[in-house]
Amino acid sequence: MTNKTLLNVSDLRMQFGGLVAVNGVNLRVEEGQIVSIIGPNGAGKTTVFNCLSGFYTPTSGVVEFMGEEIQKLPDFKISLKGMVRTFQHVRLFNEMTVVENLLVAQHRHSNTNLLSGLFNTPAYKKSEERAMHRARYWLDKVGLTDVANREAGNLSYGQQRRLEIARCMVTEPKLLLLDEPAAGLNPKETKDLDNLIVSLKEDYHVSVLLIEHDMNLVMGISDNIYVINQGTPLASGTPEEIKGNPDVIKAYLGEV
Amino acid sequence: MLEAFLYFIQQILNGLTIGSTYALIAIGYTMVYGIIGMINFAHGEVYMIGTYVSFVVIAGLTMLGIEYVPIIILAALTIAIIVSSSFGWAIERTAYRPLRGANRLIPLISAIGMSIFLQNFVVNAQGARDVAIPPMISGGWTFGTENFQASLSYMQLIIFIATFICMSALTLFISKSRMGRACRAVAEDIKMANLLGINTNRVISATFVIGASLAAVAGLLLGLYYGVANPHIGFIAGLKAFTAAVLGGIGSIPGAMLGGIILGLTESLTAAYISSEWKDAVSFSLLVLILLFKPTGLLGKQEVEKV
Ligand SMILES: Nc1ncnc2c1ncn2[C@@H]1O[C@H](COP(=O)(O)OP(=O)(O)OP(=O)(O)O)[C@@H](O)[C@H]1O
Ligand SMILES: [Mg+2]
Repeated sequence: MTNKTLLNVSDLRMQFGGLVAVNGVNLRVEEGQIVSIIGPNGAGKTTVFNCLSGFYTPTSGVVEFMGEEIQKLPDFKISLKGMVRTFQHVRLFNEMTVVENLLVAQHRHSNTNLLSGLFNTPAYKKSEERAMHRARYWLDKVGLTDVANREAGNLSYGQQRRLEIARCMVTEPKLLLLDEPAAGLNPKETKDLDNLIVSLKEDYHVSVLLIEHDMNLVMGISDNIYVINQGTPLASGTPEEIKGNPDVIKAYLGEV
Repeated sequence: MLEAFLYFIQQILNGLTIGSTYALIAIGYTMVYGIIGMINFAHGEVYMIGTYVSFVVIAGLTMLGIEYVPIIILAALTIAIIVSSSFGWAIERTAYRPLRGANRLIPLISAIGMSIFLQNFVVNAQGARDVAIPPMISGGWTFGTENFQASLSYMQLIIFIATFICMSALTLFISKSRMGRACRAVAEDIKMANLLGINTNRVISATFVIGASLAAVAGLLLGLYYGVANPHIGFIAGLKAFTAAVLGGIGSIPGAMLGGIILGLTESLTAAYISSEWKDAVSFSLLVLILLFKPTGLLGKQEVEKV
């Protein structure tokens, strides 16, 4: 491999009381890759994301991000390191405007305090300008410039999903975890999303770990796919390999 | 006829005066509730401390022979804000932060304990009896007929202006500044705000400090207005301001402003046209009525369950 490994997960296990939601999952994301996790409903995909992003502390297993073990770190430290996520059920600040959602996400990029804000110091102004610039850039990129000053809660579902991705991007992440970004989108919006994700990879060198049920989207953009079923790894490989895998077909047919 | 109208105007002016100060104190309740979902029961004491500190500064400077009133008041204001906001900050650190995540009743009890402690602290330091300062700002405008004169005192005008400045500054701060934005984010979804790297502890501290500063302003203004104070004034003022915050919709800043004004007007009109004994009963009945028909208060939003 010429690429550098960005994320390396080995033997991840998450147990809730008696329920083993994730059992022995291994994952690997190289720099510049789009990697997908698929599996039937309740397979444990979101739980994997929760473990990676620090929402849950995994019962056991190792999560290595850029060569560093992070499975014990709190969520905000992990996102600070450059692994950021979206949510299966979009989670925005609904009462704030679209642009404010992007500004607030950059809060930590500036270490100005209460007083410098009150006195409007040059350093404060400058960092506010930079944040605003980045926010406008990403609004344009995801096509939300027209609704920049609307409350996020009033956006359509597709717009909210794009805003959530933009909110990740303004923090300039290295790895983006997207939890079912196409859920609830119409075919055109799904197509736009497809283009957006590819562009994140090509133009911004962000690697993507994607959970998605839309097989066209997954098969079209993934470099690698992991299939999990009832918390356990079932198969992994390129889209071609996964499409032809009898176990995968069975797991999906068994579900329907 | 004209007299009746002037009398009415007088009640409105008085109601706005007292209502403005309720609003200033109510902000502290509503902001803290908006951020951590709890009532700061020691907030009334922060106001009381603001009044005491103002009195000490005014008495001290007067004793030193300083006579220029604006200097005295500016000094009292500054020191009252510094001391009160230190208390606000300390209340959060000692009575709330160690109990974060505990059952909601526990910080409530520790805040009541803090409130009792602060009252007794002032009783021991300053005595339980009324303390008074000589009137600093007297005079005003009177208008009316021989039979009835309505008046707007300079002190009332100062209260209106000071409240207006504080409220405008707060509104600007919350809507435009980075810290204000962080406050709103934390109020809406603290876990998400934390994930985005906002130092939520710092935001919570800032909320207590801002609320306490406004209470200190109210403490100075009401201290100058009445000229007397005792260690127990925080209890009743706190109760009134809390009522104002609930009336307007707890958690909503414009709600606290509106609630304070409505409460002040209700009290003064009841005292004038019914009887001053009835003013608290009418105010609280109004609160009950509004909550019956609009449980979230006048400008409050329906609480959305956060998951
Ligand atoms: N916090 C929790 N406590 C207890 N059980 C949980 C918790 N989180 C997830 N689970 C359980 O773990 C299992 C996997 O859930 P998860 O949400 O990860 O599935 P998923 O693959 O994302 O499914 P979907 O495609 O429906 O989103 C489910 O049985 C779920 O009930
Ligand atoms: Mg899921």
